[in-house]
Amino acid sequence: MRYLPHTDDEIQAMLQVVGVEGLEDLFAPVPGGCRRKEAMDLPAPMTEWELKDHVRGLAAMMKVKPDFKVLIGAGSYDHHIPAIIPALTSRSEFLTSYTPYQPEMAQGTLQGIFEYQTLTARLLGMDVANASIYDGASALAEALLMGIRISKKKKKVAISSAVHPHYRQVARTYFRPTDFELVELPVTADGRTDLAALEGLEDLAAVAVQSPNFFGIIEDLGAAAAAAHQREAIFITCFTEPLAYGLLKNPGSCGADIVCGEGQSFGIPRCFGGPGLGMFACRQQYVRSMPGRLVGQTTDLDGRRGYVLTLSTREQHIRREKATSNICSNQGLCAMTAGIYMAALGGTGLRELARLNYDKAEYFKAELVRAGAGICFAGPTFNEFVVEFDRSFRPVARRLLRKKVVAGLELGGHYPRLKDKYLFCVTETVSREIIDTVIEEVRR
Amino acid sequence: MKNVSATVGLILNEPLLWEKGQKGRRGMDVPAADVPPAGIDAGLIGEGPDFPDLSEVDVIRHYTRLSQWNFGVDTGMYPLGSCTMKYNPKINDTVAATPEIAASHPMLPDALCQGTLKIMYELQDYLAAVTGLDAVSLQPAAGAHGELTGMLIFAAYHKSRGFRRTKILIPDTAHGTNPASAALCGLQPVPVPSGPDGMLDPEAVARLMDEQTAGIMVTNPNTLGLFEENIIRIAGIVHDAGGLVYGDGANMNAVMGVADLKRCGVDIVHLNLHKTFSTPHGGGGPGAGPVCVVEALRKFLPVPRVVRDKRGYRLDGNCPDSVGRIHAFHGNFGILVRAYSYIRCMGAENLHRASQLAVLNANYIKEKLKGELHLPYDRPCMHECVFSDLWQHAYKVSTLDMAKRLMDFGYHPPTIYFPLVVGGAIMIEPTETESKADIDRFIEAFCEIVREAKEEPEILHGAPHLCKVKRLDETAAARHPCLTGC
Repeated sequence: MRYLPHTDDEIQAMLQVVGVEGLEDLFAPVPGGCRRKEAMDLPAPMTEWELKDHVRGLAAMMKVKPDFKVLIGAGSYDHHIPAIIPALTSRSEFLTSYTPYQPEMAQGTLQGIFEYQTLTARLLGMDVANASIYDGASALAEALLMGIRISKKKKKVAISSAVHPHYRQVARTYFRPTDFELVELPVTADGRTDLAALEGLEDLAAVAVQSPNFFGIIEDLGAAAAAAHQREAIFITCFTEPLAYGLLKNPGSCGADIVCGEGQSFGIPRCFGGPGLGMFACRQQYVRSMPGRLVGQTTDLDGRRGYVLTLSTREQHIRREKATSNICSNQGLCAMTAGIYMAALGGTGLRELARLNYDKAEYFKAELVRAGAGICFAGPTFNEFVVEFDRSFRPVARRLLRKKVVAGLELGGHYPRLKDKYLFCVTETVSREIIDTVIEEVRR
Repeated sequence: MKNVSATVGLILNEPLLWEKGQKGRRGMDVPAADVPPAGIDAGLIGEGPDFPDLSEVDVIRHYTRLSQWNFGVDTGMYPLGSCTMKYNPKINDTVAATPEIAASHPMLPDALCQGTLKIMYELQDYLAAVTGLDAVSLQPAAGAHGELTGMLIFAAYHKSRGFRRTKILIPDTAHGTNPASAALCGLQPVPVPSGPDGMLDPEAVARLMDEQTAGIMVTNPNTLGLFEENIIRIAGIVHDAGGLVYGDGANMNAVMGVADLKRCGVDIVHLNLHKTFSTPHGGGGPGAGPVCVVEALRKFLPVPRVVRDKRGYRLDGNCPDSVGRIHAFHGNFGILVRAYSYIRCMGAENLHRASQLAVLNANYIKEKLKGELHLPYDRPCMHECVFSDLWQHAYKVSTLDMAKRLMDFGYHPPTIYFPLVVGGAIMIEPTETESKADIDRFIEAFCEIVREAKEEPEILHGAPHLCKVKRLDETAAARHPCLTGC
């Protein structure tokens, strides 16, 4: 096996040093009762070329080919990934290193993550961002728990029902074994969170909304922040599409205390939903309650600038069960990817790209309305929106699939009252021609 | 310094991103607009982030220089204990980059993504086969996330039986994240001291196990690199008191094809695919921490899971007893694909061989270094061995000094100051992918450092000497945190 370098002679020589006869004798400490009775039931090993053939077969089972256009976002977006990203992230010094416990040998990772933290904080209008956590959903769950930690005695949080359904499910999973309570806020006719529903909710530790929300609607973050703060609750803003903040007011300027969400849009392939990037930022005053790794700037013995993991007294290997979280890693390479993407796009590029996404969606919405479809929510949107049709959309979707277009996500499974309504997404990767093809089929 | 592979190379300085660039540069194309500009409510628009504008060349040089300040498994030996820094096969990355896989959307109807579902279904089976347990969830995104999932299952299991148990036993040789994972699920950790031989004592477990205790979290082999020889008796004690046994499978690389975790009495185990199954660590992540359970706990696993019926593979979310969803989608799928690729390349025989050689390498280092460094538990080890700096105290040389000096010799230091049961611990895990010759050179370097400690300790106090930076002031970093650049 090409990954196993030992020759038989070397094995013999080493066994002699260890003082045992054969390789299996190394396992003498494993009691007989713990031993396997049979070998592991696994397929026979493959050579590299056999594996490639096998994977081609798996790829062929995918009905959606790489040249298809998938007009679904819902937390996983098709944005162009420039060639520099795989070129840089496949550098094995980044790829095959571990958590930078030994900073003198990991300044590349550390400076890269410090830059990621800084660009993320600037994007979201916050003071501090951490080195990332698993994904948008766990970021939100951790943010809610952080809100409870900050508010000390309060045990209830409110979360908008326009937050991604999977994110709400994950939050419920994290809350299930605790005595904390999670209440959901309904949505108004314009697709925004109904802040009036906060009336009568006492003792709220935190209020969380998503913007743009699951329906693509841009929430009134200023109003939501005011409503949360009026109740002395921490205001959490979550997102699935960070690109929106190239164009929109950032959550920090609207009064958010914690901002978290999914950063997959920034140069990370959709890859069936993972790995993604849990982006997480907060105001300076809450930094010691924040979960996750943090990189900080310092100096070496000669006074030169350098970077280290820091504030580890919040973390589990020191604080054990009193830690701010059990998270002991980050999505390192994905954070590095997002940093490279933000650096390559720059402030000017990010604005242009965000604007283009907005314009495409507006064009798509207007054409759909002209074709007789209805836009379900009146609120402003970014690059996703919910549509209803005057007759069944299924035959249209089938025809579009033959034209290599996967059109929209049916919402009935997530929101029973939105049955037969579709969530559509367009990004810069969808040309006007594709949009016009969809419109043509809708009209037929 | 003899036998040194490290040397001084041309390492270039590089400023922070925002210290370079020029407004108006761009490093990435934005397509020309093919739709008319649309109106937008001015009240929604922000100023846009204050990012530097860089050219493509600026970005490439910046990150290439940064990468040269890093050390990875591809650079050299990385014997970081309990982290299993084995070689990361390149074919796995190629497989994960297959366009149909890399571009697959996670919310497609099952019929449109049979290929990715098949990979998940088969990987579930493979991991069950490796551990000996019955059912698997691939959702947890990391080892600690798997631990959390396991503790959620503990809580759900006891609740289903009408009990609320509030405590959990955690040995002092367990992984550092265990107590925090349990605490998230409302379980108060009760430490179990290991015995003088580094093993868990069944009597100690029996004294602590009661009707309020949900079970035990055991890392086996433990963080001293020792196989818990009494695991079956301990599991029996815990089961008899109505508890469950959680196995932290971070050290599975030691016992593939050897131990059957079900026969050991383990009810739940998480695996670190980035350790045992060779996926790259990425500078801290992404990893993957799938959870395997015995049949009786299958119904509590996170949803959805992939099942197979007449029509093919599908996601099954219909499981009322499930702890719920733990990841936005299907876990770190790109990592799952790499582990799948690794298992298909290795097969049962080579995985077993990998464990044999990992254990051989660790025992060989233990034997060769135990005359140089204090070995607190002198017994046959599994995949890692743990020394201490006790013998170097006389020269005022610490584990940290020796670790930093190893860098000058071209090695990543071992895990240090962990496990806590050994003062000044030096935890060495070579893995199976290091050859005898490479290990001999590592041993020789360590012997040289031990000699320096005695004769020229000041060299060690100032180490490392050949890295991009000298020793960094971590105290100042924590006292006056600078977490964002300006």
